[in-house]
Amino acid sequence: MSHKLPELPYTYDALEPFFDAQTMEIHHTKHHQTYVTKLNGALEGHGELNGKTAEELISDLNAIPESIRGAVRNHGGGHANHSLFWSILKKGVAPVGELSDAIKAQFGSQDAFKEQFSATAGSLFGSGWAWLVNNNGELEIVGTPNQDSPLSVGKTPIIGLDVWEHAYYLKYQNRRPEYINAFFEVLNWEKANEYFLASR
Amino acid sequence: MSHELPSLPFAQDALAPKISAETLEFHYGKHHQAYVTNLNKLIVGTAFENASLEEIITKADGAIFNNAAQVYNHTFYWNCIAPGSSDGPQGELKSKIESAFDSIESFKEKFIVSAAGNFGSGWTWLVKSADGSLKIVNTSNAGNPLTDGAKPLLTCDVWEHAYYIDYRNARPKYLETFRGMINWDFVASNL
Repeated sequence: MSHKLPELPYTYDALEPFFDAQTMEIHHTKHHQTYVTKLNGALEGHGELNGKTAEELISDLNAIPESIRGAVRNHGGGHANHSLFWSILKKGVAPVGELSDAIKAQFGSQDAFKEQFSATAGSLFGSGWAWLVNNNGELEIVGTPNQDSPLSVGKTPIIGLDVWEHAYYLKYQNRRPEYINAFFEVLNWEKANEYFLASR
Repeated sequence: MSHELPSLPFAQDALAPKISAETLEFHYGKHHQAYVTNLNKLIVGTAFENASLEEIITKADGAIFNNAAQVYNHTFYWNCIAPGSSDGPQGELKSKIESAFDSIESFKEKFIVSAAGNFGSGWTWLVKSADGSLKIVNTSNAGNPLTDGAKPLLTCDVWEHAYYIDYRNARPKYLETFRGMINWDFVASNL
């Protein structure tokens, strides 16, 4: 099975003015596509890994032959992370359901969660991701470098925010905090709630 | 001791269109400046308050290291590129590169391959290692060869902010351009 770039469930301009159409198009058709292409390239000649999803591959990196482990970690991670990211973006959705309750229970309030998540995303040095994960039943905010996924350390992503500069440079340049604020305007809480329910 | 943002060794529009004035407005005016500002705030009341950049880089870690190394790395990078053409490396530098990488062209190829494969944010360097040999090394994020006892000779910034305005995702195109902009006199002066 060859890995494929997923189609976005919305148009590139659907998240304007928070995420601009040009960034969305390059991010999806160039950056994400490159991870898919390089993942497929790394897997060539490794038929035993056929049929495994990117998420399955990065959930057990020790099972990946050492010669391609780094490439699968980077490009499998890039593929899985971006696929999740696109799926949790939609304008105008308010926090809902059991995830909203669990966030209040864990972080005190929705605002306190936003503050802590933003601090993690804002202070992550270099390229990487900020995550809300389910870690054995506990909600937790974590950062990962580059394309590392929480799945590789047994944590299930509920929300992921790409803080590579390519995610925001055309619109926000060096102003990552403004991009993080914009993210909360396009966060699809209904989808995040689905991921939370599925993670339990 | 307060660290200062050094002047650029060229006019902000001197590298256009290879590296635009807009890129430099952000890369130098915002990113480099922010590392200087952050470093000056972070060292207050620490053992590094009066230390040189090199001393901080070799002894500090965490945010102080990150900001000090980024101040150093960017200043070094500006000196590594220049408007106009160059005859390429001469004399001792030329013969050292040839003996380490076979030829100048082969060195440039290897340097670009290394920089293209530097995953995430970071820097690609030509260094003189402790034993005197020349090597190409990649560092991640703020990483600097001084921490490994090597002497930086040349660097290329591969953080996306270095090329995103001008080249978008096309890092290889930026690297091809970089290849023709190297200030070999500066590289030779570091030997």
